[in-house]
Amino acid sequence: MTDMKKSPIDQEKVGVYVCHCGSNIAGTIDVEEVAQWAKKNPNVVVSRTYEFMCSSTGQELIENDIKEKGLTRIVVASCSPHMHEKTFRETTERGGLNPFLFEMANIREHGSWATNDKEAATIKAKALVNGAVERVVHHVPLEKIPVSINPNTLIVGGGIAGITAALELAEAGHHVYLVEREGTIGGHMAQIDKTFPTLDCSACILTPKMVDVGQNDNITMLTYSEVESVDGYIGNFNITVKKKARCVIEELCTSCGICEEKCPQKVIDENYGAGIGYRKSIYRSFPQAVPGYPVLDKESCIYFQTGKCKICEKECPTNAIDYEQQDEMINFNVGNIILATGYDLFDARRIPQYGYGRLPNVFSSLEFERMVNASGPTEGHIVLRDGVTHPKSVAIVHCVGSRDQNYNEYCSKVCCMYSLKFAHLVHEHLPEAEVYNFYLDMRTPGKGYEEFYHRLLKEGTHFIRGRVAEITDADRNSAEENKLIIQAENTLLGLQQRTPVDMVILSSGIQARHDAEDVSRLFKMGCDYDGFFNERHPKLAPVSTMTDGIFIAGACQGPKDIPDTVAQGGAAASQVAKLINQGTVMMEPVRASIREDECSGCRICNTLCPYNAIEFDEEKEVSRVITALCQGCGTCVAACPSSVIDGAHFTNKQIFAELNGILWDVQDEVSAKQEVI
Amino acid sequence: MSDQFEPVIVGFLCNWCSYRAADLAGTARIKYAPNLRPIRVMCSGRVDPQFVLQALRSGADGVLIAGCHPGECHYVNGNIKALRRFVLLKKTMEQWGIEDERVQLLWASASEGTVLAATVDRMTEEVRALGPLRWGEKVLKDNGAAHAVLQEA
Repeated sequence: MTDMKKSPIDQEKVGVYVCHCGSNIAGTIDVEEVAQWAKKNPNVVVSRTYEFMCSSTGQELIENDIKEKGLTRIVVASCSPHMHEKTFRETTERGGLNPFLFEMANIREHGSWATNDKEAATIKAKALVNGAVERVVHHVPLEKIPVSINPNTLIVGGGIAGITAALELAEAGHHVYLVEREGTIGGHMAQIDKTFPTLDCSACILTPKMVDVGQNDNITMLTYSEVESVDGYIGNFNITVKKKARCVIEELCTSCGICEEKCPQKVIDENYGAGIGYRKSIYRSFPQAVPGYPVLDKESCIYFQTGKCKICEKECPTNAIDYEQQDEMINFNVGNIILATGYDLFDARRIPQYGYGRLPNVFSSLEFERMVNASGPTEGHIVLRDGVTHPKSVAIVHCVGSRDQNYNEYCSKVCCMYSLKFAHLVHEHLPEAEVYNFYLDMRTPGKGYEEFYHRLLKEGTHFIRGRVAEITDADRNSAEENKLIIQAENTLLGLQQRTPVDMVILSSGIQARHDAEDVSRLFKMGCDYDGFFNERHPKLAPVSTMTDGIFIAGACQGPKDIPDTVAQGGAAASQVAKLINQGTVMMEPVRASIREDECSGCRICNTLCPYNAIEFDEEKEVSRVITALCQGCGTCVAACPSSVIDGAHFTNKQIFAELNGILWDVQDEVSAKQEVI
Repeated sequence: MSDQFEPVIVGFLCNWCSYRAADLAGTARIKYAPNLRPIRVMCSGRVDPQFVLQALRSGADGVLIAGCHPGECHYVNGNIKALRRFVLLKKTMEQWGIEDERVQLLWASASEGTVLAATVDRMTEEVRALGPLRWGEKVLKDNGAAHAVLQEA
């Protein structure tokens, strides 16, 4: 630390650029004050503010100053380095400096956005800027390290997003591992009957794609499997997948379906069947499942529960049933990962006044979806819970669990459209029935969507604008007898209304997977407040994440319909293809190195390294870092008792300088007088 | 800001989880105490106990070390090494009469913006209640042993 006073540092010419980010920063932080104040630092030559530093004009400011004023170091005070560090490093490089002679002060995410206290935010901004200035004078030029990209890709989730991405990559000639938790790929789209607004049959457009996946040699499908562990980094991920025992030998199974037919145990299909259909204990979710071999559900299997039965084994013509099959761990390497893990439907039981689960004729949207499907449990007939009676009136309640501060604040984007589709399907199946749609606002942005709404207006659907307060079976007059009564305020008329109907469909919203947080931790990336995976940039990098080499597609990123999901699947695939085509990416040169002449050979660092990247030279009795293996965590740097390990770009000198810089306003006299350790 | 004591807390945040948690707290516009001054390190395992001591002697009233949850470290187990050092460091701190609340360790994943913000709020109040650290008086003047150690160093 004493060498802070040495002269070379005093000769650095630092340029400080404080970004307004429109009003995102300038609305809370007095940016002019920060910039003026920064000039007091003896190393600072130029200190400016600009509305948008990341704009081309903002970047040109920096480039010109480097050239004209001979700047040797750059500090930009703006957003998170995870947002624009790369941008400004490139700017610095274009100006003629090594890109690592740049430092960023995060005064937006960590500053202006995190407080309303303008005075405190300005003080904090000054501290962060000063820390960056003090740090950057100790920066040294570094060169990025090239890393080769393994051309294989892991795709997690076999819904339409994962299927699209897998096919795009496979058809481009790259190998894909497609991991799906269920026994078959297809996802939610396979449960749906018709797709809005064109009303084409979901299975008709999905199943050919599923077959393509099954037949493509470039795709290794791992169904009934889950990712157990993820190690490594972009270009070189090591993946372990647990392939759960399905008790069926895949090589022998011909997918004839006899086991399923003969199995005596019938259980409610909570998953694919949305709780209104049945399946056997050994089952395929639906006849067009890919892969075609079934899964044996040990929880309900008579043999596994009682030790007797084995009918499937006896009936199987190819002896493909294996009760002893164990879970299998599969290990492989990939260069990139696409997460397409989809969504959960909002559980309408959470809104007790809507009666789902208590009032039999209140249905969830997926239940209705299965019911109206020709291959579903009622073979496409719209019937009440008794299984025979056709409803004479149907109410469809929009925004269940969405746009509601008690549940999910966001709009789920698809419910208006699928509610309109439901209304249409009721009209089609039961022309005599009255259909009431209770909506808050009709949201139909999309190609052909508004036209579909107009079509429904003409088909005679009753649209009532107002949030449903209650669904009850407590009748008040003869017209309400044996009916479900929808209590809602018609906000266009300003009247409270009671609407008696036979059947209610709750259009539940989309929410993040219940285990999305676990998945985000496994892959070391972020979720937002609602549990949806965070994209790198909400507009400009919608399928990239903050972790290089990991991409997201579909509803795991946020509610979206099928066209948007497919678009994201394709986008994620093209991002991966780009990296594969590049062959190598440049990695941060954040690596440790040992000054061998000063190393005492104590070997403390040798065992600390999680990557075994430190070897011991027996002859010279010193330790040495194998740069190719080092990942730059810095654990060894912190542990070296002789302080002879340097962590590039995070050296002790740099961190101590930053520390002193950010504490500019609180250093007391005693400390200031002290000689530093 | 009012006249009450505003502690300064230095945060050593790991690049992969906790720094991103703080980014997320900002992006989600979660308002929390502006008393944290973050420094980015690649891994909580990079936090040399010297950093903590230097922060405290340079005027910080508290230090927060934050990293990925155990088992989720981007570098396999750097956070466990941080934990080991933290335990030892705390023993030293205790001997020097530095209160427990002033140096804290937090696990915050990249999705736990709320956790990070809540911890900063809580820690700020805890340190505010303790008052300024006054390293010079507390450690150097009142404690000859520590002074000797530092002089030696």
